[in-house]
Amino acid sequence: MLASFDAVLLARIQFAFTVSFHFLFPAFTIGLASYLAVLNGLWLWTKDHKYLDLFRYWVKIFALAFAMGVVSGIVMSYQFGTNWSVFSDKAGPVIGAPMAYEVLSAFFLEAGFLGIMLFGRERVGPGLHMAATAAVAFGTFFSAFWILSVNSWMQTPAGFSIDPDTGQFLPENFWEIIFNPSFPYRLMHTVTAAYLTTAFIVGGVAAFHLLRRRRRGEAVSEATKTMFSMAMWMAAIVAPVQIFLGDLHGINTLEHQPAKVMAMEGHYESHDHGAPLYLFGIPNDETQTLDYAVGIPKLSSLILKHDLNAPLDGLDTIPDDEQPPVGIVFWSFRVMVAVGFAMLGIGAWSLWARWRGRLFEAPWLHRAALAMAPSGLIAVLAGWITTEVGRQPYTIYGMLRTAESAAPLDAAAVGTSLIAFIVVYFAVFGAGTFYIMRLMSRPPVFDEPRLKDVTKGPTRTAGITPAIEEAMRRPDAAHPGE
Amino acid sequence: MPIAEGVAFDLTFVWGFLIAFAVLIYVVLDGFDLGLGMLFAVEPERRHRDVMMNSVAPVWDGNETWLVLGGGGLFAAFPLAYALILPALYAPIIAMLLALIFRGVAFEFRWRTERWRGVWDVAFIGGSAVAALSQGIALGALLQGITIDKAARAYAGGWWDWLTPFSVTVGLAVMVGYMLLGATWLIMKTDGELQDRMRTRAWILGVATVAFIGAVSLWTPFLQEGYFVRWFAGTRIFLAVLVGAAVLGLAVLMFRALHVHRHDYWPFMLALAMFGLCFVGLGICMFPYIVPTEVTLWEAAAPYRSQLFMIIGAGILIPIILAYTGYAYWVFRGKVDPEAGYH
Repeated sequence: MLASFDAVLLARIQFAFTVSFHFLFPAFTIGLASYLAVLNGLWLWTKDHKYLDLFRYWVKIFALAFAMGVVSGIVMSYQFGTNWSVFSDKAGPVIGAPMAYEVLSAFFLEAGFLGIMLFGRERVGPGLHMAATAAVAFGTFFSAFWILSVNSWMQTPAGFSIDPDTGQFLPENFWEIIFNPSFPYRLMHTVTAAYLTTAFIVGGVAAFHLLRRRRRGEAVSEATKTMFSMAMWMAAIVAPVQIFLGDLHGINTLEHQPAKVMAMEGHYESHDHGAPLYLFGIPNDETQTLDYAVGIPKLSSLILKHDLNAPLDGLDTIPDDEQPPVGIVFWSFRVMVAVGFAMLGIGAWSLWARWRGRLFEAPWLHRAALAMAPSGLIAVLAGWITTEVGRQPYTIYGMLRTAESAAPLDAAAVGTSLIAFIVVYFAVFGAGTFYIMRLMSRPPVFDEPRLKDVTKGPTRTAGITPAIEEAMRRPDAAHPGE
Repeated sequence: MPIAEGVAFDLTFVWGFLIAFAVLIYVVLDGFDLGLGMLFAVEPERRHRDVMMNSVAPVWDGNETWLVLGGGGLFAAFPLAYALILPALYAPIIAMLLALIFRGVAFEFRWRTERWRGVWDVAFIGGSAVAALSQGIALGALLQGITIDKAARAYAGGWWDWLTPFSVTVGLAVMVGYMLLGATWLIMKTDGELQDRMRTRAWILGVATVAFIGAVSLWTPFLQEGYFVRWFAGTRIFLAVLVGAAVLGLAVLMFRALHVHRHDYWPFMLALAMFGLCFVGLGICMFPYIVPTEVTLWEAAAPYRSQLFMIIGAGILIPIILAYTGYAYWVFRGKVDPEAGYH
């Protein structure tokens, strides 16, 4: 029994590890694909060269991030079978279909047009190139649509029956399965998070170049200014929307997964006349208490029920073996919310600086934006941990336990593969992150030379190669105004 | 089995066909990508490696997506088979996934660094080789049969069952076959010195591929009684002879196209046809089983409602996918970098 528990635990760690790594890439590329489509469209519309320069700048980073997203995603698609085969057998009839739709409508669209987007500008003409860029952006959105539908169904299952012989989940109504109760909220909250993630990375990179130019006493290019301005508009508009969406999502979770919300809020005890919002506390699952709690009276009831005195149930109403681990959920939720409000602050700050006409002359705003560059990735991971750990001990909420979902695995096999994944992911994605950061450390340049112009070698327009870097060091390669 | 349920029978069959189709497309498309990656090992000159990689850079991602469709389709349409086969092939599948990571990132990373270029070249070669080998081993392990507990709907074998002389032979066969596809693809996409060398390699690889096809074909019928009956009982022996003769015929045509006519694209087309034929042979071997001689397509099938819901999307989307995939290949048609002065 102990051995089988170990295998399940190892499989859980493996899934959490591989999906956490994977999730970072789509969280970034969903927003970046749309940004690239907008830049491409603005270039076609205005013929202002700075948009093309920005497109060429970010498309290289996109190519790297997208490649890492693809290869880590393939791992996810097979891990259902290798490590969670019982779950696959049981849930396959229901969630297999939306996952197949993800492949058919999203992955092929992205992969099919990625080549044209990266390499095809000279080969297909501007209109078709724009269409290819848009197709990639739509592909990333469709992918989010389907995979979040599947994830939401596992959280709030609907539209199914159970086969009495095999224990399989059988589809009764695919409309109810896809548009299950938590799906609209989760989709909006996650896609918005992806847009914010990209906005803060783009804004952070622009802020880095604004600061560096300022320190060196050099003029800042229009491209860099536009990059910062667009990112800050995004932050100012979308961060408050995201907080509103998060509140809606929380209320929906309270309705369908109350134990998760209790863990998020640290409510071990029920509150009959308004529950406090705990700002701090150390969750203690042993004693079922929140130690050293600091709270604002009645605020939790106000947020969740929009009524100061509404009663709120606590984990004491949930059987012990159906409770999620509170500590992880409590803290990851707080990290997510804190980052969200910090994003809101940056957005508001940027509006004020813009109003004062000092958006590009505000070094402290730039420093804050630079510090916040990875904030979206942190919030996305924290939010994901909140929702996934918060649904434990179930893979299919209330229906199928995690411990009953795993493949009949040998602990040695899962352990070995787990170590292999950890080593390979840190080595490979560490190198990739380094290459991305190095690209980001360079400012966008005017009319970046193409490989064809500088060597007799083969054409590959998406890649900065050493030959191009050499050419870019020439003085005439600098952006006008830099 | 619910063969009597007319339409349901048809849909299961259609889904079996569709998944086999996705796997075949994957094998021939990513086959030449992976083969090309292995041929990197014997092509130390950097300018040649650049050309080789660029010949597949715009399309490899789409090629690999067929693997996801094969796996995802199996999960969706035959969840029981997915749940039985993947744990049985645990080690080769994990090895394949890790190898595909190295192979995939090499396409981007290789261009980002001068100092580490060699490392990513090795990652490209090693990733391609291990991916091909583990795919072949997985196929061999599936063909030789896996131990299952039918009542528990679970894999019941050991963690090293996949490793046998047969599965390793199939693994090597797939490596060599992929390299043949890669070499003939490069004959199509390049010219000059690189093309000449690929012609020589394609000749050696062609001979080796035919030898491996022969060895695996003669070995397979003796793995399971069912296979033997399927190929050699009564008049079926004519079918076996016919398929064998067809493979040999295609091989002769390929060698003629390679060295007599010195044609650019026919060798690749004929190598594809050889793979297609082997795949048909494999289908004859396995049908109607999805887990050979244990679980049939119909036993593993998802309910009719799931299959119906998916077939609507597949029916509309697969033709569209084939159309724009074809378009992408057409956009990047012709020799890689025709104007560059390599000669």
